[in-house]
Amino acid sequence: MKGHDILRVTAKALIPLILLFGLYVQFHGDFGPGGGFQAGVIFAAAIILYALIFGLDEAKEAVPPRALELIAALGVLLYGGVGIVTMVKGGTFLAYNALDPAHPTHGQHLGILLVELGVGLTVTAVMCAIFFAFADRGRRS
Amino acid sequence: MPELVNIALLSFLVVITVVIIRSRDLFTAVMLSGIFSLLCAGLFTVMDAVDVAFTEAAVGAGISTVLMLAALSMTNSKEKVHPTNWGALIVAVLTGALLVYGTQDMPAYGDPGAPVHNHIAKRYIETSLVEIDVPNMVTSLLASYRGFDTLGETTVVLTACIGVLLLLGGRRREEDDHEGS
Repeated sequence: MKGHDILRVTAKALIPLILLFGLYVQFHGDFGPGGGFQAGVIFAAAIILYALIFGLDEAKEAVPPRALELIAALGVLLYGGVGIVTMVKGGTFLAYNALDPAHPTHGQHLGILLVELGVGLTVTAVMCAIFFAFADRGRRS
Repeated sequence: MPELVNIALLSFLVVITVVIIRSRDLFTAVMLSGIFSLLCAGLFTVMDAVDVAFTEAAVGAGISTVLMLAALSMTNSKEKVHPTNWGALIVAVLTGALLVYGTQDMPAYGDPGAPVHNHIAKRYIETSLVEIDVPNMVTSLLASYRGFDTLGETTVVLTACIGVLLLLGGRRREEDDHEGS
C-alpha cells in the first residue's frame, strides 16, 4: 500500500498500542476480562494489520512463518509440560497445587500464568500462520 | 433500560441476517457478518458476560472477518444465482421450527432456578476465591478447574493450523528447495 500515507501513519501509531494491549490482556486476565485466547487474537491482529499495510514480505521478515510453526507447537508443549511437571511433583495432571505444596494458591497462580501463556503463544502463532497461508495463496493465483 | 437495548440489538441482528441472506455480493456479506459479531458482543456485554463479549469482538468481528476477506481474494466476490431448491427450503424450515419448539422447554433467561445455576456453579462461586485466589472467576474456571478442556481447545487450534498449512502452504517447501539448490 504505497502512497496511503494516512493508513501508514495511523497503523504505525496503532500497532505498538495494540501489542501493548495484547500483553495487558494476557497478563491481567486473572483480574479483569481476558486471558490467553483473547490476548493471542489481539496480538495476531496487530501483526496482520502490519502485513496489510506494509506488505506480506515485510511482515514475514519481522515474523518468519517457520518461527510461527515452532511457536504454535511450543504453546501446546508448555501447557502439557505444566501438566507433566505437576505429575512429577506428586499431583495429578494439571493440578497446580502441586507446583508449590506449601502455598497451594501460589501454585495455582503460577500454573494459570504458564498455561495462559501457552494458550496465548499458540493462538497468536496459529492466527498469523493461517493469515500468511491465505495471503500467500491469494497472491500466487 | 436493558430491555430496550436488548430489543434494539436483537432487531438489528434480524435485519442484518435478512440482508446477508438476500445479498449476492460476498464482500457485503462478509462485512455484515463482522458487524453481526460486533452486535453479538454488545448483547453479551448487556448480559454481563464480558469475557465472552471480548472473545466475540476479537475473534468474530476481527480475525474471522480478515480471514474471510483473505479467502474472498482467492475467489469471486459475487454469489452464483441458483434456482430455489424447494426440498432444501422445506428441510431448513422444518429444522428451524423444531429448534424453536425445543426452546419451549428451556428455563427463562436469568431464571435462578435453572439447572445450570443449581449444579456445580454454586461450589465454584463459594470456593474458587479460597482455592484459586484469582479475582476473575472465569479465568480460574477455564485455566484451573477446567484446565483439561482448555488444553483440548488449544490442541484443536493447533490442529486447525496444521490442517490449513497442509492444504494451503504446501508449496512453500518446494520453493525453498529450489532456492537452496
